[in-house]
Amino acid sequence: MQGSNCDYGGSKGLKMGTTIIAIEFDGGVVLGSDSRVSAGETVVNRVMNKLSPLHDKIYCALSGSAADAQTIAEIVNYQLDVHSIEVDEEPLVCSAATLVKNISYKYKEELSAHLIVGGWDKKDGGQVFATLNGLITRQPFAVGGSGSFYIYGFVDAEYRPRMTRQESQEFVINSLSLAMSRDGSSGGVAYLVTIDSEGVEEKCVLGNQLPRFYDPDIMEPSKAAKV
Amino acid sequence: MNEMSVNGEWRSSKVSTGTTIIAVRYDGGVVIGSDSRASMGEEYVSSRVINKVIQIHDKIFCCMAGSLADAQAVTNAVIHQLSFHSMQMDEPPLVQSAAAIMRSFCYTHRDELSAGFIVAGWDRKRGPQVFQVSLGGMIVEQEFTIGGSGSTYIYGYADAKFKPGMTREECLTFTTNALSLAMDRDNVSGGVVHLVIVTEKGAERQLIPGNKLPVLQRLA
Repeated sequence: MQGSNCDYGGSKGLKMGTTIIAIEFDGGVVLGSDSRVSAGETVVNRVMNKLSPLHDKIYCALSGSAADAQTIAEIVNYQLDVHSIEVDEEPLVCSAATLVKNISYKYKEELSAHLIVGGWDKKDGGQVFATLNGLITRQPFAVGGSGSFYIYGFVDAEYRPRMTRQESQEFVINSLSLAMSRDGSSGGVAYLVTIDSEGVEEKCVLGNQLPRFYDPDIMEPSKAAKV
Repeated sequence: MNEMSVNGEWRSSKVSTGTTIIAVRYDGGVVIGSDSRASMGEEYVSSRVINKVIQIHDKIFCCMAGSLADAQAVTNAVIHQLSFHSMQMDEPPLVQSAAAIMRSFCYTHRDELSAGFIVAGWDRKRGPQVFQVSLGGMIVEQEFTIGGSGSTYIYGYADAKFKPGMTREECLTFTTNALSLAMDRDNVSGGVVHLVIVTEKGAERQLIPGNKLPVLQRLA
């Protein structure tokens, strides 16, 4: 993915400075991500879908080094397929998260990616797991990527337990929109995946359809002081 | 616990105001707020009750962020210069004059200093104003502004919740909530919330102790 004559991001490769978020609701999960892949200061892909399927009803959100994250997702996809054939039923979300965690932990010195795993299974319904740096923890919602720092306050204040499917999708879109407007490494469009017992719904919200918030930096020129 | 914290790396760090500061303008005045923690390194809190909102004139205040020593030195110099300027003009100084003096210090010594400020207050000519004077000496006037290390975590919250034309009470709630959220997430911000409300009538100080801060998380 790197041009041969140009040095895009040094030897570190492509980084997905990113915003990813996943939230459980009663009956499923919603995962969301932005779509920017940057190499140094260049945006090399402005429409990358960072929500990657691990199984029919289990998805993961990728952040950090693009290569590392995609490779982990591919390997876990394969391992889950084998596991699901062995036990002869749909895999559990916590199995998928554990497989991601095993790779993240074993190779933590070499890898630099954070995956959030979210999905639905028969046993526990909708679940979200964070697997940063090789830990695994189930949370009502999780945020990740460089853009997530800017929305910690927002998600802390806005999250309420037991939101509906519609409210969860709005929560995800609002959070992504706020992060994308503040983080230079996040942007483009917002991808959403909603998983419940019926199936998977994928949605893409274009940049100009994202909710807009008040911008304090826009001030009428005549009102600004001349210093 | 990593090796560095066990060996006490904080002992050789300078004191910094890892901080969260905020100022909001409303129709009749400004609300200015800050946390109260001063830290050395990432592990040691050298003071849990410092006041980062300093009065630089009767109705003009500034908030400090960055290196505490640099911030205090610049603030003292600005207080001195502003009072002299005010005597020369024989009238209360404008907020933009205070901000301009602050900026000229920060810009002239930008290679040595490491401090950022918010200057806010009320003057007769343009009413309530909020200025941000950042690290290298840039000055920008805004409806509201946040600063310090803890501000990263509340950019999303502030963008979403601020509306122009808020009342004084709404501004106070907005400021307190924003500080509370930042103090929860940033390990170098914390303690109590110092608030100052500046209007035409003067300045009023409030203090909200840590246990009376709004709790916004509803994870259970």
